[in-house]
Amino acid sequence: MTSANARFVIGIDVGGTFTDLFFLDRTTGTVTTGKLPSTVADQSIGLVDGINRELDDFSDIATIVHGTTVGTNALLERKGTRTGLITTAGFEDVLEMRRRDRPHTWGLRGGYEPVIPRDLRIGVGGRVLANGSVETPLDEAAVSDAARRLLDAGCEGLCISFINSYANPEQERRAAELVREFWPNDHITVAADILPEIREFERLSTATLNAYLQPRMAHYLNQLAARTHDRGGDSDILIVQSNGGVMSIDAASAQPVRTALSGPAAGVIAASHIGQSAGFENVITCDMGGTSFDVSVIADGKTALAAQTSIDFGMVVRTPMIEITTIGAGGGSIAWIDGAGLLQIGPQSAGSDPGPVCYGLGNDQPTVTDANLLLGRINADRPIGGKLDRLDVEAARAAIKTVIAEPLGIDVMDAAEAVIQVANARMAGAIRIVSIERGHDPAKFAAMPFGGGGALHIGALIREVGLNTGLVPRYPGVTSALGCVIADMRHDTVRTVNMPLASVDEAQLGSWIDDLYAASSARIASGSETFDNLEEAIEADMLYAGQTHTVQVRLGGRADLTRTRLAAAFADAYRTQIGAPLEGIPVRLVNLRLAVIARRDKLDLSVMAPVDGCSTAVARTGTRQIYADGQWQTAGIYDRLALGVGERVTGPALLEQADTTIFVDPGLVGEVDAFGNLRIERAD
Amino acid sequence: MNKASGPSGGTGISPVQLAVLRGRLEQIADEMDATLFRSAFNPIIAEAHDASHGLYDAETGETLVQGKEGLPVFVGVMAFAVRYVIDLTRDDPPKDGDVYIFNDPYEGGTHLSDFKLVRPLFRNGKVFCYLASVGHWHDVAGNVPGNYNPAATESFQEGVHIPPVKLFRAGVRQDDILSILRTNSRLPLSVYGDLNAQVSALDLGHGRLNALLDEYGDDTISAVFAELRARAHLQMQAHISALPDGDVAATDYLDNDGIKDEALPIAVDVHVDGERMVLDFSRSAAQCAGPVNISRSTAIAACYVALKHLFPDVPANAGVLDPVEIIIPDQSLLSATAPKPVGGYTETILRIIDVIFTAIGKLDPSRALANAYGTINALSLAGHRDDGSRWVMFSFFGGGHGGHSDGDGLSHGNAPISMATIPPLEILESAYPVAFRRWSLRPDSGGAGQHRGGLGAVYEVEVLANGADGFFFGERGRHAPQPVGAGKPAALNRFSYRADKQDDTAPETPPMTSKQVGIKLQHGGSVRLETPGGGGYGDPLLRAPAAVAADVRLGYVSTEMARTMYGVALGADGAVDDAGTAALRADMRPETSGQE
Repeated sequence: MTSANARFVIGIDVGGTFTDLFFLDRTTGTVTTGKLPSTVADQSIGLVDGINRELDDFSDIATIVHGTTVGTNALLERKGTRTGLITTAGFEDVLEMRRRDRPHTWGLRGGYEPVIPRDLRIGVGGRVLANGSVETPLDEAAVSDAARRLLDAGCEGLCISFINSYANPEQERRAAELVREFWPNDHITVAADILPEIREFERLSTATLNAYLQPRMAHYLNQLAARTHDRGGDSDILIVQSNGGVMSIDAASAQPVRTALSGPAAGVIAASHIGQSAGFENVITCDMGGTSFDVSVIADGKTALAAQTSIDFGMVVRTPMIEITTIGAGGGSIAWIDGAGLLQIGPQSAGSDPGPVCYGLGNDQPTVTDANLLLGRINADRPIGGKLDRLDVEAARAAIKTVIAEPLGIDVMDAAEAVIQVANARMAGAIRIVSIERGHDPAKFAAMPFGGGGALHIGALIREVGLNTGLVPRYPGVTSALGCVIADMRHDTVRTVNMPLASVDEAQLGSWIDDLYAASSARIASGSETFDNLEEAIEADMLYAGQTHTVQVRLGGRADLTRTRLAAAFADAYRTQIGAPLEGIPVRLVNLRLAVIARRDKLDLSVMAPVDGCSTAVARTGTRQIYADGQWQTAGIYDRLALGVGERVTGPALLEQADTTIFVDPGLVGEVDAFGNLRIERAD
Repeated sequence: MNKASGPSGGTGISPVQLAVLRGRLEQIADEMDATLFRSAFNPIIAEAHDASHGLYDAETGETLVQGKEGLPVFVGVMAFAVRYVIDLTRDDPPKDGDVYIFNDPYEGGTHLSDFKLVRPLFRNGKVFCYLASVGHWHDVAGNVPGNYNPAATESFQEGVHIPPVKLFRAGVRQDDILSILRTNSRLPLSVYGDLNAQVSALDLGHGRLNALLDEYGDDTISAVFAELRARAHLQMQAHISALPDGDVAATDYLDNDGIKDEALPIAVDVHVDGERMVLDFSRSAAQCAGPVNISRSTAIAACYVALKHLFPDVPANAGVLDPVEIIIPDQSLLSATAPKPVGGYTETILRIIDVIFTAIGKLDPSRALANAYGTINALSLAGHRDDGSRWVMFSFFGGGHGGHSDGDGLSHGNAPISMATIPPLEILESAYPVAFRRWSLRPDSGGAGQHRGGLGAVYEVEVLANGADGFFFGERGRHAPQPVGAGKPAALNRFSYRADKQDDTAPETPPMTSKQVGIKLQHGGSVRLETPGGGGYGDPLLRAPAAVAADVRLGYVSTEMARTMYGVALGADGAVDDAGTAALRADMRPETSGQE
């Protein structure tokens, strides 16, 4: 590619509200950031405008790496394409029947609408048994007929998914071949190509959501490529996947379901790199948005991956994703008193529109942001995001007084502090889930806020959970865009084996890995960048015969893939994840997983450090009365970006910058490190 | 609601501390659930989550805190199990590190498959509270693999019966006890694995709670327990106060007890007066020969589940039942004593929940839920593989939820007493010599209504081995899930089978409709299960014609049912025929229509 040696690598994270950009100039080693409102109808417009603010000549761009919410939003808002399903006759309703569950334990209310309605799901003859043998041959005429009916019904996307296709995908592939002869586009998803893993609903759901997203995602990525091309760009464009790796536009168009958590994943990748540069191998990321608080754990420099997640009730996606634990406690979360007289936060949220009471846009239920404002932790004259001129403190006070203080019989300021304490307790609970509950010692972890809201709460969280440090990146608002720039190329594959370990043929094992490797490296090669060294990470899902939940066993590379080694690795993993290994019970190998990773250049984060001339004296802009620990106190106010390396700020203090406000609680100290991060620790 | 606000238990706990510590305590119980689900051996626990954990009062055994992911019915029943241990050990008090194990269904509730482990937590030499774990084991001996024996007339035919004994003495596992348990199962490895997993869950909870007590102090946590209970009590009172005062009744029926083919009434008379509610089950059947009896503790737990579904915001602790009086006479089907068989307890408690829903629906339709499908449908297929090894495929199946004031019922949901998911058919086919032929929604099974009941399902499974024995335990074969108001009942449950692969013969059905043991199936033989949907909510004639047309287009409702139940006529293109619909509805509408 002509542009491979061009100057800029640009990371771009497009969220629901803002498009964040991070420019790395490879010739000068300098970085620039940008932020502008997202263009919701077509994200690529804002994306290209954002680049254009910094660059006239798009031929200077080597690579654009993009974290996108196109897929996530299309799933949440159910704005995918009209999609049909061809499946095994007798099993047309598996998608709608799910795993026989319900949305809530108590109440028996709530329904479910699958993304492919029942009249667009057609069964055809043909049956493969669990051992992979063909019991009934595929009814090829029925396949063609079904596809024609779906076309007539207006389907643009198509999913083909048969029972037991994980054990033998031939009938699915043959059906796709037949349909491709006349299907007017490329939007055909074959379930076994997306997820050749046992469990029909999870495979079907993942494949269906892929098919549902495919036309829209392909269209979007084509638009994006065309728009950059129109400005003279010839850069490589890469898309961030939910697993924290990146893939080519072609790969993303074929498997858009792998982008379901694209944006948050990039943030976690950045946090890992920032943490490691600053000397923390163990980091808990805290992303506080308007409606939710997302945490993810990085232990020994490794991000945790989850095998599966639900985008919404019944919308299961089973591909490896950065494991993100979400609770409904964001800045817009509403504080209320329940019927038992208990103070509760969320899950109802005022979101960003109408937003907190202090926005004055019509909501009268107090939120976490209203409490922060009343306590003096947010500057009423400097609202983040620039949408409003100032915030209405008195409206926030009135709401907290009526809804919280009076029913509880306490003072309004104490009520505001109670709201923050309960919100902090819920956030601390989420951190405990990913740390203590997974066997990690919180004292070894740094908490890293990103996004707009987290830095107000980080001090309280490190105290409440007993974390080592709070580490606030220099530009918390563009963390995901930074992550785009440094994420590696990655492709994950899986194969279901499902046999006793004792009867696994070691040569066969090797050839399975070869097959998975060939498929993954082909995906990685589908971009224009070439890589000399591909790394591989092999994992096995194993269990004791009789169990149904597998244990994730990390095997590293392919050297020494013997039954003995698998057995030993399983025993180790079982001991860590569950408890003492069990004697005398045969072990089964259920799935083999392979990740192929191509490392991209890492950014030296010292380019982000404050320049000379910064000092505490320059940075200190004044003081403000804040309410904390049940009393009014005087807090210093600082311009965060004007603080120099090594300078210390003693709490209570507020550090302001364009994209966030940091609260250093009383009893804590903040210090700027060599990379411009603010380290918050206990004063003693 | 003012009454429920503000400090109520006089404990001096601040509102912030209360909210924070409630979250911490619930997290401990949730984490115990998660530990067991992750490491259990049998799919009934690991996949179906037929298990539960909680913290219980040191003196009374009452529920203090309960995990959110466990089986809802255990929420109520475990209090009785812990109470039983407390009563039995008055003369020989527990020591630190002791763990009791038992499956007594009369004092401890539910049935023999559910093994309860109870562990005291000591602080300063005294029992501070109990932790308990309950899980449904795969097989505990008895006449029928999997223990759903519809022909049982004594509990001795249902499985081994273990009274409370010490599995651990001062921290030391008693391997003689373990040996007895393993010996009394067709699947000893599964029993061993599940037992270990339950012990791990208790260990984890014990450690976490001790740490929390160290952090906040025993007195603070005790005060939080008291406060949470007082608040659940007040909140429940507020909900009861919001219901109209009055007396309503509902009667429903079990098909039979599996021994004698005679319907068994389950009846409730509900009396609401201000803040109090009385649930009187005196008009229900007497205890019977077959295994649909339940113990009093199980019946009370079922009332708790029904009320929690109607008022889901009340915290899960003993306070829920404080303002409720439950009347169950001795010798009732709902207060069975040893050795009456109780293996099919799930069917009876589902009917208790149904009659409470139906009665409350008469009192206040806006709070009401129409009946869900109302049967657990336990099916077990068992045989031997060619290599002589034994296989037992055991599963429960799904059905529709009832229509409700907010909308249509969920199709293919789990039973109100559980959060169980169904195992994937690919997992079943890979583990057992069977092939499913159908796994689909069942059209027309949801009760008609302004808000339609969710659909039940059709499952058909064929035996690929050289023969198998089938056991089936279901209900709702003759008495359909009930609606709210002018809604319609759902379709009946239907079980049928073909002994071998002969497509020209009509399928056979059990003489007792919904229960049969020892069905002999040949290679190619199959069983078919068609499950009920949920009851309808409100008058079907009030359902928008366009919504009915959509139901027909999607195949949820047939053209015939659209016409006869909903009064909606459709044109050849499937669109609503407005004139035809108006005429049909005018004919069907009684004079008081639209006034519900």
